[in-house]
Amino acid sequence: MEGQNLAQAYSLFECIQCGRCTGGCPMSLKTRFNIRRLIYEALVDEDMDLQSKEVLWDCTTCATCTLRCPKGLDPTDIVIGMRSILVDGGRIPPTIRDALKSLAIRGNPLTMAREERADWAEGLGVKEISEGAKVLYFVGCSPSYDPRVQKVAKALVQAFKKADVDFGILGNEEVCCGSEARRVGETGLFEMLREMNLETLGQYPMELMVTISPHCYNTFQNEYQGLDFKVQHYTQFVAGLIEEGKLPLSKEVERVVTYQDPCFLGKQNKIFEEPRKILESIPGLELRELDRSRERSLCCEGGGGRMWAEGTNPEERLAHTRVQEAMDLGAEVLATACPFCLLTLEDAAKTVAGEDGLQVMDIMELVVEAL
Amino acid sequence: MAPRIGVYICHCGVNIAATVDVERVTRFAQGLPSVAIARDYTYMCSDPGQALIKEDIKEFGLTKVVVASCSPMMHEPTFRGTIQEAGLNPYCLEMANIREQCSWVHEEEEEATPKAIQLVAAAVGKALLLEPLEERRADVTPTALVIGGGIAGMQASLDIAKAGFQVYLVEKEPRLGGHLAQLDKTFPTLESVAPLLAEEIKEVEGHPNIDLLTSTEVVGLEGYIGNFKVICRAADVTRELKVGTIVVATGYDLFDARLKPEYGYGVYGKVITGLEFERLASSSGSRIWVKGKEPQDVVFIQCVGSRDKSVGQEYCSRICCMYSAKQALLVKEMLPQARVTVLYMDVRAYGKGFEEFYDQVRAKGVIYRRGNPSEIYRKGERLVIRAEDTLLGEAVQLEADLVVLATGITPRRDSPKIANLLKLPRSPDGFFMEAHPKLRPVDTVTRGIYLAGCCQGPKDIADTVAQAKAAAASAMIPLCQGQVKVEAVTSIIDEELCSGCGICAEICVYDALSLHERKGVMTINEVLCKGCGACAAACPSKAIELSHFTPAQILAQVDALV
Repeated sequence: MEGQNLAQAYSLFECIQCGRCTGGCPMSLKTRFNIRRLIYEALVDEDMDLQSKEVLWDCTTCATCTLRCPKGLDPTDIVIGMRSILVDGGRIPPTIRDALKSLAIRGNPLTMAREERADWAEGLGVKEISEGAKVLYFVGCSPSYDPRVQKVAKALVQAFKKADVDFGILGNEEVCCGSEARRVGETGLFEMLREMNLETLGQYPMELMVTISPHCYNTFQNEYQGLDFKVQHYTQFVAGLIEEGKLPLSKEVERVVTYQDPCFLGKQNKIFEEPRKILESIPGLELRELDRSRERSLCCEGGGGRMWAEGTNPEERLAHTRVQEAMDLGAEVLATACPFCLLTLEDAAKTVAGEDGLQVMDIMELVVEAL
Repeated sequence: MAPRIGVYICHCGVNIAATVDVERVTRFAQGLPSVAIARDYTYMCSDPGQALIKEDIKEFGLTKVVVASCSPMMHEPTFRGTIQEAGLNPYCLEMANIREQCSWVHEEEEEATPKAIQLVAAAVGKALLLEPLEERRADVTPTALVIGGGIAGMQASLDIAKAGFQVYLVEKEPRLGGHLAQLDKTFPTLESVAPLLAEEIKEVEGHPNIDLLTSTEVVGLEGYIGNFKVICRAADVTRELKVGTIVVATGYDLFDARLKPEYGYGVYGKVITGLEFERLASSSGSRIWVKGKEPQDVVFIQCVGSRDKSVGQEYCSRICCMYSAKQALLVKEMLPQARVTVLYMDVRAYGKGFEEFYDQVRAKGVIYRRGNPSEIYRKGERLVIRAEDTLLGEAVQLEADLVVLATGITPRRDSPKIANLLKLPRSPDGFFMEAHPKLRPVDTVTRGIYLAGCCQGPKDIADTVAQAKAAAASAMIPLCQGQVKVEAVTSIIDEELCSGCGICAEICVYDALSLHERKGVMTINEVLCKGCGACAAACPSKAIELSHFTPAQILAQVDALV
């Protein structure tokens, strides 16, 4: 009866099987994952057996399918629903299971200690939000613990200080926003994390939350209810600082840069202009656009739990394709604005371009070069 | 003379009688003061039912009639006619709706019958106070206005002109022809458009009854059916036209393919719209060139901006399946070696000769692949189309040198302005709305204004011409009659009470009220007034009364109910 239940829960009866979802799906380029077909099976096969559908773990939840669907259905959410059934039945890749366990125990999926969350900020003179601040800087898991992404977290601190932003962090009180838990189908865990966050956030009066990760931004903006402050991705906030003249970028950064639109920032939240505005205001920097950009941007394969699961075709990587495209463009730097993109693309760049080839950087790292 | 009322309770077969004890209602009515006769009958609206009423009017000298049956929307005109034939003023009729508002919404007789009794009592209460009203007539200016000089407007103008009436044909652009002038060949007959159109234009331009006003826009409309006053502007010159009826044939706009950024229209020169293909096909004679080369792979993409909620275009544009089939065939004929692929989700070949044409196109070697593409990107000089072939169940990447988007039809971007000017409602899709989807497909809710062509919804040339001819015929009815009936139920202003504040004029959507310059009070144009009563409700001085719905009449109804 799983098929019928899914059909009811996700209005699958409205699907016209046009194929735009699978046609645009980045994974359909490299694996047998076919969301259009899964929807059809759910519709016509009452006894649809999801347990054997390992391909469900291929989805990066980039939401291209949702964006393209002409009937207003949300195939991304359908995948998440199907994954929930797998999770409930205990069919879950062990690496994802470990990440979820860490989330439940430590509040982060990286199996790192809760009390080390704010270690990256030591010696930077960053105050905690409990001391009072207008802007809450929500750091997120990867920027807190991953040495590579910590550089982005620090770059943002440097910019905030330069622009005299009154900001604070949650410190060790911060826990994961729950985005990945929700996307791998662990709804219960997501709700638990959301409750924890709502309780913590409710204690502090602030005007604005700024996140590093587009995934955190998307979750707070679209999947939390009842927040009494605004949520911005850092590209929005920093573009504003630059426009208001609070963050003067004076040093020349003479590099040819191209930009990878993160799916959770661009496709899912239509934030296309701000990252480009920031890059364009860096003196000396030449921005070249990738052919597949904005709404047609190619997913890096880092979302939807894919940071902990390789999927059914680990040999071919879209990040490799992306790096190659950036190199063909003559770019020296492939810039992005998402921790997952940063990690997957940098990994790919090392393989494709070698250690001294194309550099993968976060926009903020370029910004601080110009300070 | 004391009122003598006849009350008629309809069974409506079992529609009313199964739930309402009609005999009990009749006995109750018979007992009411001033009721001379009360009867029940299977179908009051039938000929014998109406005959019953007419006989009673004569026999009992009835002065008012109450019919308890269905909604007045359904049969008020019927029974008004009935009593008029028996010599009563048609406004001496009152209806009690004991079907839609009673028998259809209650299951228990104990609930339905007392309610029916109350409704009848209320109707009798009002009937006691009904006044005869005079139905008036206004003369019709025997001239029509046609707005829009595309194929719909030209056809409507010609038909009206040929019937002997004067027509003003107003076209915004300097030339006639509209979108048709941009097409190469028609489907499914592959007839060349140019000679067809040239002949039509010649006929319009040469017709003595057609006054052609090109580069002219309608900027104002006053008046009412039979006597419209239309303000037109050409350059800086304003002109006033007096017409009896109006045909709106303002056409459509093409869907802006940039709103589907995944297809790269506007980014890649080799991605073009269907309309751009028409130009390409007609200008290149027997060959097709794209950037100086003959394309080897041509891909047609269906449903661009049709059946697509993500861009707010929920409807099917009806013409794209066939125009793409036609264009694919033209490519195949001009470039037999080229691979021509149509990517579709459903092929809708519904019209006369369409399915046969679709067969012919495929027989010529055009490949139809099921799967609506999701994305286009560049690969060197060529383009890659990403889609799923849904019949194979596989994602595919097709290379092409030319991609033609079957862009759909949208309401004109200036249609809100036109709708406002002519007071035309629009349906949820944004096109002008017909008065009834089945029975009044060319009428609008504004009497005297009719619709033709794509301004009412997507359609092909044949359907457009058919609708234009229908609109012309409808627009000629008042012109032929020479006079139009004017609603008898109107607002009445008590000049003693009116302070001339103008609140009523502000809320009147029919522009029926204006300030009398000498008297300093409001006056009502009874021809424009539709009897909606909004002004009566709004008047702070209680100076406006709506005839047939006076406070006394309504209070009598309420008294009987409570």
